[in-house]
Amino acid sequence: MPQTAFEPWNDPAAKPLIQFRNVSKRFGDFTAIDDLSIDIFEREFFALLGPSGCGKTTMMRMLAGFETPTSGTIMLDGQDISPIPPNKRSVNMMFQSYALFPHLTVYENIAFGLRRSKMPKDEIDARVKQMLKLVQIEKFGARKPEQISGGQRQRVALARALAKGPKLLLLDEPLSALDKKLRQDTQFELMDIQEKTGTTFVVVTHDQEEAMTVASRVAVMDHGKLKQVDTPDRIYEAPNSTYVADFIGDVNIIEGYATNQGDTVSIAWSEGNSPIIGTPSKPIADGKVSFAIRPEKIAISAERPTDRNNIVHGKVLDIAYLGNLSTYHVALPDGTIIKAQTANSRRRSSRPFTWDDEVWLSWTDTAGIVLES
Amino acid sequence: MNLRRFSLIAVPYGWLLLLFLVPFLIVFKISLSDVALSIPPYTPTLELSEGWAGFRDFLSQLDFENFKFLATDDLYWKSYLSSVQIALISTTICLLIGFPIAYGMANAPKEWQPTLMLLVILPFWTSFLIRVYSLIGILSQEGMLNQFLMWIGIINEPLTILNTNIAVYIGIVYTYVPFMILPIYATLIKLDGSLLEAAEDLGCSRTEAFWRITVPLSKAGIIAGCFLVFIPALGEFVIPSLLGGSDTLMIGKVLYEEFFSNRDWPVAGAVAVILLLILIIPIVLYQRNEQKMMEADT
Repeated sequence: MPQTAFEPWNDPAAKPLIQFRNVSKRFGDFTAIDDLSIDIFEREFFALLGPSGCGKTTMMRMLAGFETPTSGTIMLDGQDISPIPPNKRSVNMMFQSYALFPHLTVYENIAFGLRRSKMPKDEIDARVKQMLKLVQIEKFGARKPEQISGGQRQRVALARALAKGPKLLLLDEPLSALDKKLRQDTQFELMDIQEKTGTTFVVVTHDQEEAMTVASRVAVMDHGKLKQVDTPDRIYEAPNSTYVADFIGDVNIIEGYATNQGDTVSIAWSEGNSPIIGTPSKPIADGKVSFAIRPEKIAISAERPTDRNNIVHGKVLDIAYLGNLSTYHVALPDGTIIKAQTANSRRRSSRPFTWDDEVWLSWTDTAGIVLES
Repeated sequence: MNLRRFSLIAVPYGWLLLLFLVPFLIVFKISLSDVALSIPPYTPTLELSEGWAGFRDFLSQLDFENFKFLATDDLYWKSYLSSVQIALISTTICLLIGFPIAYGMANAPKEWQPTLMLLVILPFWTSFLIRVYSLIGILSQEGMLNQFLMWIGIINEPLTILNTNIAVYIGIVYTYVPFMILPIYATLIKLDGSLLEAAEDLGCSRTEAFWRITVPLSKAGIIAGCFLVFIPALGEFVIPSLLGGSDTLMIGKVLYEEFFSNRDWPVAGAVAVILLLILIIPIVLYQRNEQKMMEADT
């Protein structure tokens, strides 16, 4: 039997765990959250992504109970949580600084929340041991937070937040304090733990790679508004605005004037270059548009390709060698710079192209995204 | 031998030797002497011109008579006990007043904190003696406090505060409360606010979070503040002599009277040596606490 994909957001019968209903939050004159509505479902790994100051942290703090919305309601499991103080909510948070209690041992940190509930002593002990095992720090229970490494602290913080078995776990920039290698390993572990415990995770991050890796859905935020809420692949391949396209990954954005031609549009963008042929995902009116194309969708060749409509000629200006990939910055005769990326799938002693080489860039009709600007 | 290291360590040790150990030995020697009608008012004195025999003669005249005397007369141990009691109670009151002040300062808006800090330190800009004298003016029968209380109608007759132990407590608490506030404030200001949020998030009420997080994490400051008040309060002499009554027993006052009124330097020396021995315990404890705090910071 094929496994059905986990996408409750496409199921009209699914009941969301969290509902933001026209929520606004103002601090004096500053609007942190602007009339925002969103549904988050049970067992989701939901990422709030945006630059600092976009309101993502405020949303998380409202879920935890440290802030109350200025207007609108937040429902958790069908119940309005605005009047419930943070210590009475079935929501736990993993803080960016981890906020481990320095005067308590790792064991006591994890037991802290359990001791505040009416759980019997032996059950607390069993639960703490289970959590220590879950995050693989059984050996460090007796140590103080200052006596363990950053990665281990991160695990303690996660274990402490999960210990009470919350309906919802909030993670504030959970991996930002770790170095890159450790961060990548931990991302997968985090996904694993989320699956094992079945807890709904809401993660706040400014790191798009982190959001794309861990999340089932990503919400891109800017200035207190949601720009797009979608699965990571949709966010990447079908952004609904130049803001989202630009924020996630690398992209070339070309401004131009579109003319509909049946299924495709022809975009006039520069004198001396033939118009770009693009395929809009939804009907688009003639007029000003932005054409967004990812560097890896652009092929680079020494000979003029014959099988594609979109071909431009230019000169290699810069090469960024990333190991697995190389990014070429190609200057067109009119000065436009287009980034093209190739995978370094073979070991080569010399690069196929070097600085000042004349190259051809090409892409298919469906490689880019046509966006209203 | 590493000369640089040696000379670095030599500075504090030389300081202690010169300004603490040598004076202490002089006082200790006086405490072993006998009172005499001479200048200086004790005997024996060391005559270096008489050589080795003179030194042996000098040593043979020293004895522990004065310490035995302190044990026989109950005035002294009662004074020590009463000093410890007054110092302990004053320290407790300082803590009860100082902690809320420090807590309020640490949680005040950032732009207010330098001003509040200044207000705590401001009294030190006036001479300590002048401040104690003005307390006399405030606490006396016709003083401002009594006039104010009678004016608002709480009392009909003026209260006798001056020349009682209550005045001593008021004086000590007033003088030493900044020493309690400053170290506690220093630990509270370092407290990470997200720890309290984490405690609330994990099910603590605000009050519970205060007792479980704020208090344990400011423990080092509380201990430092208590010692900084307790140690000088124990040997305090100006406040009990100016504000206290004839029945206020404090060892600092006894020491002063033995020295200046009775001109009995040897007994005064013995009193001072014992006071120092009593103080060594809290001083060592204080040092250990400071060391722990420094280790926790690194």
